[in-house]
Amino acid sequence: MAILPEFALLTGALAFFALSLSKKLDAKQVSNTAVFLGIVTFICSLISFNQNVTVFNGCYQVDLYSQFFKLMISLGLVFVLIAGQNLKGIDISVRPEYYMFLFLSCLGLMSLVSSVELITLFVSLELSSFSLYLMVPMRDDRTGVRVQMEAGIKYILFGVLATGFMLYGMSYIFGLTGTTYINDIVPALKQVASQPAAFFAVVMVLSGFFFKLAIFPLHFWVPDVYQGASNETTGFVATIPKLGAVALLIRFVIMVPGDTQILVNLMIVLALCSMFYGNLIALVQTDVKRMLGYSGIAHAGFILLGLLTLNASGYATVMYYISGYVFMNIACYTVISNVSVDGENLAISDLNGLYKRQPMMAFLLAIGLFALAGIPPMVGFMGEFLLLAGALKQGYLILVILAAINAGIAIYYYLSVVKAAFTADPGDRADVEINGVTKFGSVALVLIIILMGAFPSKIIAFADTAVKTIM
Amino acid sequence: MDSLLINEGFPLLSFLVFFPLAGAVVLFFFSGEKFARLWTLAITIIEAIVSIQLLTGFDQATPKYQFAEAYSWIPQWNINYILGVDGISILLVLLSTLIMPLCVLASWKYIKTRVTQFMFCLLIMQVSMVGLFVALDFILFWVFWEFMLIPMYLLIAVWGGPRKEYASIKFFIYTMAGSVFLLVAILALYLKNGSFFIPDMMWQNYSTTFQVLVFLAFFLAFAIKVPMFPLHTWLPAAHVEAPTAGSVILASVLLKMGTYGMLRFCIPITPDATFMLAPYILWLSIAGIIYGGFTALAQSDMKKLIAYSSVGHMGFVTLGIFVLNTRGVEGSIIQMINHGVTTGALFLCVGLIYERTHSRELSVAQGCGKFMPWYATFLGLFCLSSFGFPGTNSFIGEFLILAGAFEFNKGLALAAIPGAVLAAAYMLRMLQKLLYGTPDNPDQSHLKDLSFREIVYLAPFAVFVFWIGLGPQPFIDLIHVSVTNLLDQLHSWQQVQGVAQVLLQ
Repeated sequence: MAILPEFALLTGALAFFALSLSKKLDAKQVSNTAVFLGIVTFICSLISFNQNVTVFNGCYQVDLYSQFFKLMISLGLVFVLIAGQNLKGIDISVRPEYYMFLFLSCLGLMSLVSSVELITLFVSLELSSFSLYLMVPMRDDRTGVRVQMEAGIKYILFGVLATGFMLYGMSYIFGLTGTTYINDIVPALKQVASQPAAFFAVVMVLSGFFFKLAIFPLHFWVPDVYQGASNETTGFVATIPKLGAVALLIRFVIMVPGDTQILVNLMIVLALCSMFYGNLIALVQTDVKRMLGYSGIAHAGFILLGLLTLNASGYATVMYYISGYVFMNIACYTVISNVSVDGENLAISDLNGLYKRQPMMAFLLAIGLFALAGIPPMVGFMGEFLLLAGALKQGYLILVILAAINAGIAIYYYLSVVKAAFTADPGDRADVEINGVTKFGSVALVLIIILMGAFPSKIIAFADTAVKTIM
Repeated sequence: MDSLLINEGFPLLSFLVFFPLAGAVVLFFFSGEKFARLWTLAITIIEAIVSIQLLTGFDQATPKYQFAEAYSWIPQWNINYILGVDGISILLVLLSTLIMPLCVLASWKYIKTRVTQFMFCLLIMQVSMVGLFVALDFILFWVFWEFMLIPMYLLIAVWGGPRKEYASIKFFIYTMAGSVFLLVAILALYLKNGSFFIPDMMWQNYSTTFQVLVFLAFFLAFAIKVPMFPLHTWLPAAHVEAPTAGSVILASVLLKMGTYGMLRFCIPITPDATFMLAPYILWLSIAGIIYGGFTALAQSDMKKLIAYSSVGHMGFVTLGIFVLNTRGVEGSIIQMINHGVTTGALFLCVGLIYERTHSRELSVAQGCGKFMPWYATFLGLFCLSSFGFPGTNSFIGEFLILAGAFEFNKGLALAAIPGAVLAAAYMLRMLQKLLYGTPDNPDQSHLKDLSFREIVYLAPFAVFVFWIGLGPQPFIDLIHVSVTNLLDQLHSWQQVQGVAQVLLQ
């Protein structure tokens, strides 16, 4: 029962493997199967929500903390699948494989958040990463410029490099403590806290997850991968893996031994660099996905703001913020996937007059972007506000002021997209048709974004309890 | 906390805040244009009628927050849902509820495309306007303050004039940029007090540096909203491009949020900084009055003219606030309402001409008075009111403010006088051109006089022009206790600080 959602994902992946063997594929059938399996996974994670067990020789822990993330991952998966129902960017012949890797990647992420042992953790991470590496070049190549290949290669090379850092750090941890179990590592590291190697090891491991989260200076892959991958793939890459990265970042930041001031200073610098770099470069983008990519770098900087408080309420806020971030971004990618006619990338001008062509998508886009920009009462505002409050409580006044300025800069590029959708003339761009499931998904997303923002206390209280169980 | 609040049985304020929201949600499901108009009119009228209860139940003898409601919202951070009105906010709440049905009526034919969405935006707008004036928790205030940008942005961006993109973005960015630091100031205050409840933050012993920094953060946000010279440049653009109802809401209610913020937050939260910086702000107000007057004199676009006149009129309001005496502050609150009534009505009048001639140029509509006697009557009245003709509402407000300014500093008051003269000059110039024109007027015989609907929505403005102008006492009674309480606390604060300084020496 405890690992029901993982089973559901595995079953889903195997089902698509079987489907990939069939010669006659019906696009609609494939996508409906995917959405159905996604919903099944969500239900499974609801069922196993309150479980609390340790399995596989203590390598795999199912507790409040992991189940919170699993719930968010599976819910996000449902919306990603709904957003990418048409899968315009992927050729029909490889769609079953595509879905198989998508489910496998989610499986990797789910086991990642449950892993409490370094080897298990590494295997889970690679399962999720390698599935992603394969999904990127699966894009249909109509233009013949093969950008997806470039993106795929970049992704895998940078990814492997980051993994290398992380493995190196893990080897140090093992060498210092003689164990791979996180529960044993924490006290053991405290004993060797005076050695710089201990600190170095943890930072190396952290950098692997900084890569996933796309924090400056490990962000290089983001713009090219976002642009090169198909819209649906980007919608996945940009959202759900961040949940896994944040879950593990929290686990490892807790671990840091000895003088934490160096780490805090490091994170302050990285946070500021990410925010300024992401926001300033996003200002001049014309490709919507690239812009969202840079905005993602800025948001990653905000997440560091919560982590560097080094206390439970900061971590809880981060959990809340990243959950909200996933839904805000999926809202934007739902629009991108549906507005794109043939699976091609969208320039901002392609959204011109969207409110005339498809009011519902325009509304969803506005809600998603305003939420990302941090306008109340959406979830982005509440998350940003709580992160700032938490950092200020720790006395980082200058950091908070600079972060607030960044929130101001960010408004401009989000607004320029909203402006295109609401004020520009559509010209000869065609109307956008959406199906019933997408409509339902859009309404659900809008409700989630607004309700999570207006009533955050339950979620934060829950995240607080969850994070205290692992501290 | 409870000692400051007076509870009533029925959650009247919550009703006023969320009733339009419920109405807006209904518009999602029924999309007929006619239905949308009637439904929104019904919602806003009910809202206006219900809000009258605020008047009947309001106790004028206490400075406490009345009709209060307090619920826990985010207990981890001590953020609460607290609402209440006092003398400072009650008139502004009533202004926002009473003006909305008139805005709906004014958009009846003016808005031809996407009527449902337009009405939706109006209702959402009302939620944030009423919410902002009754919020007593700083985060709740901030939520309404920021949220309001979205419907207003859409009102300008979707239904606006030819340069709507520029105007709407400028409006949004200006306001947002100003309020970023407001948020930091709110957080800093929270860390000092451990509470977001606004009265908890007042009259606390903060260090002077802290006060000055907080004051500047507040002031930047509010001065952009007012807007004070030299931060006013978004206003003409936004006014010119916004549809009539948008201009009316912008002029009548949104600008008041800035001055409301100064009264509600700047003075009681950072009293020392207020005393320290008031002289600069007063002269900035004078600059705004004179600058607004001269610029208005040079405009040929009627909306621009009224927009610049707003800069001048709001300069009077900030002048009244920062002379920090009873006459000045009461005058500025009355003047906030006056400006809402008069300028709102003037924008409606411009909208009426625009609907007929499709231009806002003075020269195009020149000499229309002959064919539109009803219109001429109303326009004449509102123009007189705008430059403070005795017997109209603005006279009372400006008189009180100038009296307060004389009490404070004669030079200051004298410097403001040219503003009043300029107001007469630009308003009479507009009136003369529009109604009489020159012998070579364009042929205006095709112009139709006001319809019954148009008279219906202009008449209430005229009533208030005379009511406040001839019998302002009931309005002053409403605000008097709260204002004197605020100023008494301010001056006793000053004395305490003075004594402390003497003791230290």
